[in-house]
Amino acid sequence: MSQNTRVFLVDDHAMFRSGVRAELGQFVDIVGEAGSVTEAIEGIRAARPDVVLLDVHMPDGGGVGVLTGVSGAVPDTQFLALSVSDAAEDVIAVIRAGARGYVTKTIDAAELAEAVRRVAEGDAVFSPRLAGFVIDAFRDTKDVPSFDAEIDQLTPRELEVLRLLARGYAYKEVASELFISIKTVETHTSSVLRKLQLSNRHQLTRWAVDRRMI
Amino acid sequence: MLYSVCWIVLPPREEVDPSPAMVRRSRVVIALILIVGSAVTGLVWTATQADVLAPATVALIGGALIWRQATDAQRSHWWRMSRLSLMSTARHARLRLIAGIALVLVGGSLVLPWDNLSAVRDGLLAVVVTIVGMALITGPWWVGLITELSAERAERIRAQEREEIAAKVHDSVLQTLALIQRNSGAPREVTRLARGQERELRALLYGGHDTSGNFAEGIRVAAAEIEDSYGVNVDSVVVGDAPMSPSMNAVVGACREAMQNAAKHSHASSVSVYVEVEPTAVVAYVRDRGVGFVLDEIADDRQGVRGSIIGRVERHGGDVSVSSAPTGTEVRIRMPR
Repeated sequence: MSQNTRVFLVDDHAMFRSGVRAELGQFVDIVGEAGSVTEAIEGIRAARPDVVLLDVHMPDGGGVGVLTGVSGAVPDTQFLALSVSDAAEDVIAVIRAGARGYVTKTIDAAELAEAVRRVAEGDAVFSPRLAGFVIDAFRDTKDVPSFDAEIDQLTPRELEVLRLLARGYAYKEVASELFISIKTVETHTSSVLRKLQLSNRHQLTRWAVDRRMI
Repeated sequence: MLYSVCWIVLPPREEVDPSPAMVRRSRVVIALILIVGSAVTGLVWTATQADVLAPATVALIGGALIWRQATDAQRSHWWRMSRLSLMSTARHARLRLIAGIALVLVGGSLVLPWDNLSAVRDGLLAVVVTIVGMALITGPWWVGLITELSAERAERIRAQEREEIAAKVHDSVLQTLALIQRNSGAPREVTRLARGQERELRALLYGGHDTSGNFAEGIRVAAAEIEDSYGVNVDSVVVGDAPMSPSMNAVVGACREAMQNAAKHSHASSVSVYVEVEPTAVVAYVRDRGVGFVLDEIADDRQGVRGSIIGRVERHGGDVSVSSAPTGTEVRIRMPR
């Protein structure tokens, strides 16, 4: 790529922003940052970045607040959620609000840069934990009558890809394990993401609610 | 009649109702219907005793109106106001006082001089009427007292919670930060401390999994222990859960051993654990990106892989496969449920 990916940082901790800036600076162009939801909405509308690195937990709405705040205004911008929280309901909520992926803050710089690049190209990014959540959320779909089987169920192949991701495989490793190309792996993960966002299966909501109850 | 009296005297708990306004309104209507209905029935039923029932009914309706006109919120509001400035509530208080006294007097003066009844009944009526009057006069004070008591209790619970969290933060986060400062030269130790603390704090903030004693919790605990003892990241993802059983115990033990091997020998900085509980079986994968090993080259006296992983799982009817290359190792465990 001749031109670096333009990245916008949203996190209410200035220290974390400067840390990411220092780590990612060599891989991408940081075109702006914001420490609050309103600041982020304005900044993203103005800067029109390729990728927004979005903190999930912030005062006044958090990552979901930013996603709904800019919805539609920046069609070419992709969102990658980055959070310390790995609570299932947070993860699922931000993905369903439109984020293209979810990674935890313990990710190392090279992996994060790779995730940013992937999201910028329109692919989905699944951390092992997110893959685990999705498998969990879509489990037992065969027993339950669904409104739209096309969207409310994962294909065996998609499930296979997700399981490998949950086991800590990189996309490249998934591809060689399943004897498919990386492009095909990306197609599968993107369609899983689409299903996760579109599915209005009752269980998906109930599943998230149940997790909150625990 | 008795029911409506009780219903009026016991203050309603409107705040907890889903639609307070509607419920309140309908309650007032029901109350009035009950009171008027019973009064009318009483009057028609015994015309001879009308001069007893009429004043009693008047007293009851009056009392009911005074009680019902004030919702819980209003009462507590008045109470709060009265503590701020006596002047602003003097009017309400005086009105209530006058109404109560008037009712007691009216009821009493109409009932007491009537001497055809026996003395016992006279006394009983007088006592009841007086009690109602007293309740009306001192009612607001009682309501205020109760409101204040519950507010105080809520405040005490809040303070207790705050203290508890402060204590937890002190015991965990502050201690860890102190340790990190002291070990700032040793990155591995700092990572270990930070990971352990992160896990603890996460459990505190997002609520621990209250499935203690179950299989998924067993895997998480094992992963946490390995993380703590060897200073490597162990990312555990568990899908589903199952109650503990001897065979599940074997899976946890084998996973623990596999994690420990990866942490000790692979030189990898992180270990991935993925466990899925399926309807008929449990599958577990422990994977690292370390240096790998060759199973056949391990000396016969080393029991880690053969005994603690393969032997243990196979004794319980499961099977294990180990694949290892210089790019990493993965142990797969499958155990029927």
